Amino acid sequence: MAKEPRVGLFATCLVDAMRPQIGFAAAKLLEDAGCIVEVPPSQTCCGQPAYNNGDRETARALARQVIDSFKEYDYIVVPSGSCAGMIHAHYPALLADDPNYAALALSLASRTFELVSFLVRVLKLERATASYGEAVAYHDSCSGLRELGIKDEPRQLLAGVEGLELRELAGAEECCGFGGTFCVKYPDISTKMVTDKTADIEATGATTVLAGDLGCLLNIAGRLKRQGSKVKARHVAEVLAGFVGGPAIGEER
Amino acid sequence: MRSRPGSIKSNTHAALADPVLQEALAKLKTGFQAKRKIAAANLPEFDALRDQARDMKTMVLNDLDSYLEIFESKVVEQGGQVHWAETAQDARDIVLSICKKANAKLIAKGKSMISEEIMLNHWLEEHGFEVVETDLGEYIIQLRKEPPSHIIAPAIHLNRKQVASAFKERHKELNADRPLDEPRALLDEARAILRQKFLAADVGITGANFLVAETGSFVLVTNEGNGDLTQTLPRVHIVLASIEKLVPTLEAASLAVRLLARSATGQEMTSYTTVTTGPKRQGDLDGPDEFHIVLLDNGRTAMMGGPFEDMLRCIRCAACINHCPVYGAIGGHAYASFYCGPMGSVLTPALAGLEDWAEMPDASTFCGRCEQVCPMRIPLPRMMRAWRERAFERAITPTATRFGLGVWGFVARRPWLYRALVNLGMPLLALMAGKRGRFAHLPLASGWTKSRDLPAPEGKTFLAQWDAYKKGGGR
Repeated sequence: MAKEPRVGLFATCLVDAMRPQIGFAAAKLLEDAGCIVEVPPSQTCCGQPAYNNGDRETARALARQVIDSFKEYDYIVVPSGSCAGMIHAHYPALLADDPNYAALALSLASRTFELVSFLVRVLKLERATASYGEAVAYHDSCSGLRELGIKDEPRQLLAGVEGLELRELAGAEECCGFGGTFCVKYPDISTKMVTDKTADIEATGATTVLAGDLGCLLNIAGRLKRQGSKVKARHVAEVLAGFVGGPAIGEER
Repeated sequence: MRSRPGSIKSNTHAALADPVLQEALAKLKTGFQAKRKIAAANLPEFDALRDQARDMKTMVLNDLDSYLEIFESKVVEQGGQVHWAETAQDARDIVLSICKKANAKLIAKGKSMISEEIMLNHWLEEHGFEVVETDLGEYIIQLRKEPPSHIIAPAIHLNRKQVASAFKERHKELNADRPLDEPRALLDEARAILRQKFLAADVGITGANFLVAETGSFVLVTNEGNGDLTQTLPRVHIVLASIEKLVPTLEAASLAVRLLARSATGQEMTSYTTVTTGPKRQGDLDGPDEFHIVLLDNGRTAMMGGPFEDMLRCIRCAACINHCPVYGAIGGHAYASFYCGPMGSVLTPALAGLEDWAEMPDASTFCGRCEQVCPMRIPLPRMMRAWRERAFERAITPTATRFGLGVWGFVARRPWLYRALVNLGMPLLALMAGKRGRFAHLPLASGWTKSRDLPAPEGKTFLAQWDAYKKGGGR
């Protein structure tokens, strides 16, 4: 790359509030790969809760706010397939009839990437210099998998992590039941889905489950903990960046 | 449209607690899902065919009135009769009057979701006719007085034992001690009983998978052959079809057939694929004397030109249902609509009104598997979202959801306020959780904490820490 790309890191509301460590892991990975990382302070949420509950006006207002916060960067990188998918796959249609923002939305969408796919596809990162001596199951988030086509990238980077053994889930392409507000609107159905997911995880014998989306991870970790499981849940960026000294998601401190 | 009382929310508990249903649903993964995957992989041009089929159907929908007129004239040319039914009641009246004119007593029925949609059986029985379902799954649920729980596998929620006990209970004329443990015994018994019905029936009613404009034919696919007996043995044959079943040519029908079975059951073709054109002609060995086609609108033309038009491409393969994790958790009956899963969640509000059915498009995680497997490339999540937008605009969305969204939206649109609240709230929650690092109970979060712990926040927010990190000169 000719010069260091300037990356706007969109932490996402969940990472910002719940697990800042993922934000720092993302920043480290990006900086190690030669990016200048900035975190615009005006970021809040990508607008998915409104968008997926039919509140289009609020979703549009938040989309414009995200665009204003990030439009100056070469790339917008998000440690979440779901929020990156919102910007990449949905902002252009959401703002298509907005004369001031339609072109900006398209431009932002084309420069927005989920973290791991950005490392592999744009920065051409081939291996991570990290070690994690555990058997790991990887959960593909639905948005990452189906909206952004992310499947090989996390597996490619995890394959280079020293000591890590990757084990595939039986229902790898199945939703964990989080679904944003779905998990509280339909808690029993969501519980059934996440219980199937944790059973798949346990069946692999893995001691850690990784994913690229904190929403899925909170759901999976919360269910694993309630079931008394010893399996740890972490964001894939934490392992790739070597931020694994502290407690896993929902673990005792 | 309503097949049962209640709503998804009120039916969920019973569905999750039904061991027979749960065992049946668990088989979707190794059954329909796995078989579809193999069938699609074995046909290198599968995805190209999906594009062709989408374009073919879009072309028909753009000019549907012309294709319908061509179809009608071809049916009439072949000696058939075409009846136009704007509403479900129109369709019921048309079928009733044909049955009355035929002096019918017994009516044999092939599987037809349109007949469920217009609740035809009940109507005909009310008017004194005996109606017998001839598809094995439909026959079983008719014995049990149940609606179908799946659009192509209507009795998928049952196991063999339940079928055997339904047969024992309802086939009283047979020896009560007969063994019915083997599937073969059940099949033989159903076949023996249904064969008599086919021979005695005065009218046969079937659905149609496709209507072919260029020839005035209709295409019917089945795995049991019952549909063929239903249409060839009785004197009068009535086809029930909604207007969007139209394809332009036999070639187009064959394109759709290639996608249908693979997407539905993972078969390359169903056991029987029958193309029928008109009534019995001179020299024909079998076939009905009268051939009627009832073309039903029932809300479909109102879907044209709007955000739900793409739904009219649906060929009822049920791939979206088979791959839906919500359907996989609760089964079809819990939806309380004859059409269930993602296709039902888009179609039901369109045909029967959003006011009563806003919950269906709401009950999805938007995981996107339905769209991924749809052979007609129907953007199901996008359309479910479009229903949610209408529900929100018309204030059908529950008050609690609207209120929560309103407060959250107000804050999220004001970054300074948002920062102040999360910077205050997150350290507080972290403190409350203490060393445990998670919550087993939290006020206002019982939907989550009933079955899951809630991981606690780390403490200071990322943005607050980032500021400090940058002020300290970074790494």
